[in-house]
Amino acid sequence: MAGTIVFVLAALAAFVSALVVVAHRNPVYSVMSLIVTLLSLAVLFVQLAGHFLAVLLILVYAGAILVLFLFVIMLLNVGTDRRGLAGTRLQRWGAIVGAVLFAAILASLQWGATLDAAPPTEDEVALTPLARALFGDYLLPFEMAGLLLLAAVVAATVIARRTTPEERESR
Amino acid sequence: MTTGLWLTAAEMGLWIAFLLQVTPVMVWIERRGSALIQDRLGPNRVGPLGLFQSLADALKFIYKEDIVPAVADRSLYLLAPLLALVPSLTTFVVLPFGPDIEIGGETYKLMVVEAETGILLFLALASLGVYSLVMAGYASNNKFSLLGSIRASSQMISYELALGISAITVLLPVGSLRLDEVVLAQQGTWFGFLPQWNLFPQALGFLVFMVAAFAETNRLPFDLPEAESELVAGYHTEYSAMRFALFFMGEYMSMATLSALAATLFLGGWHLPGVSFTYGPWLNALVGFGILAAKILAILLFFVWVRWSFPRFRFDQLLRLGWKVLLPLAILNFVLVGALTVAGVL
Repeated sequence: MAGTIVFVLAALAAFVSALVVVAHRNPVYSVMSLIVTLLSLAVLFVQLAGHFLAVLLILVYAGAILVLFLFVIMLLNVGTDRRGLAGTRLQRWGAIVGAVLFAAILASLQWGATLDAAPPTEDEVALTPLARALFGDYLLPFEMAGLLLLAAVVAATVIARRTTPEERESR
Repeated sequence: MTTGLWLTAAEMGLWIAFLLQVTPVMVWIERRGSALIQDRLGPNRVGPLGLFQSLADALKFIYKEDIVPAVADRSLYLLAPLLALVPSLTTFVVLPFGPDIEIGGETYKLMVVEAETGILLFLALASLGVYSLVMAGYASNNKFSLLGSIRASSQMISYELALGISAITVLLPVGSLRLDEVVLAQQGTWFGFLPQWNLFPQALGFLVFMVAAFAETNRLPFDLPEAESELVAGYHTEYSAMRFALFFMGEYMSMATLSALAATLFLGGWHLPGVSFTYGPWLNALVGFGILAAKILAILLFFVWVRWSFPRFRFDQLLRLGWKVLLPLAILNFVLVGALTVAGVL
């Protein structure tokens, strides 16, 4: 019973804050509500016995990546978006495609595919089995993902450091 | 079951009472300590040795006018100081402060939450502390505040890496994320007198951890987010009365919880050679907490000593130190300790 109440509260918080993320005109508020979304998702993870995943979600996303988001937004001094929900043409088409996909998922859940609804057991999401899977069975994909991220970081640095001809002459 | 619940409540009460007392006591130590270092007297008028000065200051904070600037982002402005207390009032749950105690045939651990993720939970909750500063700086709508909070966010992200890596290096020989097992691994002595604390085999890690802790808590020599000669008061320039006091308390309480983590990881936590914990369950718990509190206080005194001994860094020096010196040192320490652990030396 208590579990259900916690679930409903966390799910509601996640849903509402996710709506605020896309709907609010001020990007700083969007990032702030994204933090609330992540914290509520962490609560849901804990309910599924995924303590480690919940902590990672807070440590990596809420604690590090979103600080960078906020940092960039404040540094660029992005003002409040006056257009509000109307958005650009691209955003409108994106919203339509997203809505269709969401409806398709709902419909397939309702009438088509059956979902294995059993929550993962404690043994499947505990620290040791997760670590064994990550650094054992899936070691190669894990290391490749790391290389890919490193390549992306190096590429971003190269693009950001590209000097204009005037700058080169002044050196 | 109910005994466990009451025990948890008592443990939380003990921690919160301790953390709330840290601020006034530390303010007194800071002011008298700085006076000692600078050959002055310091506040000595209110009460014996000026001990009641903090109490008078607290009363003053309550009665001062609480000002919200007209151009401030009101809701974020009011929320930010409350969030300053969140990291310090949540992270203590994973810190052990005594041996297992037995009450009515049941064994209980002296920590609030027995989480498998242990130290990761501490680091995750501590990493949320930066939002309070960023929110305050943004909501104040003032360039000094904004500059302060931009500095705070880049500084805390840079030093979190070195802090985290030097902290997890301690876990390698232990083989567990749980801090109670980290403390148990530090029991006993070498050569009969030297306590088996991680401080000695991991001196490099302790050095990196402490330097990063200074940066994480925005203490001098790394107090760039509130550098008064450049930014008035940084992110809390616009705050007054109790809201300013909350930032103040948050800073001292984060220092206390980080010192508690340092004591647990490197200084043996509640362990002290010669104390055997045979005083019955309740006294055991109090003695354990007393030993941990004494170690926390010792590290806090070190914080004060450093603050009044060093000048402030420049911001580029601060970032260079974090990324080009501390992070490589932390990784080197990690590789060294890892190799020694695999070789079976540690």
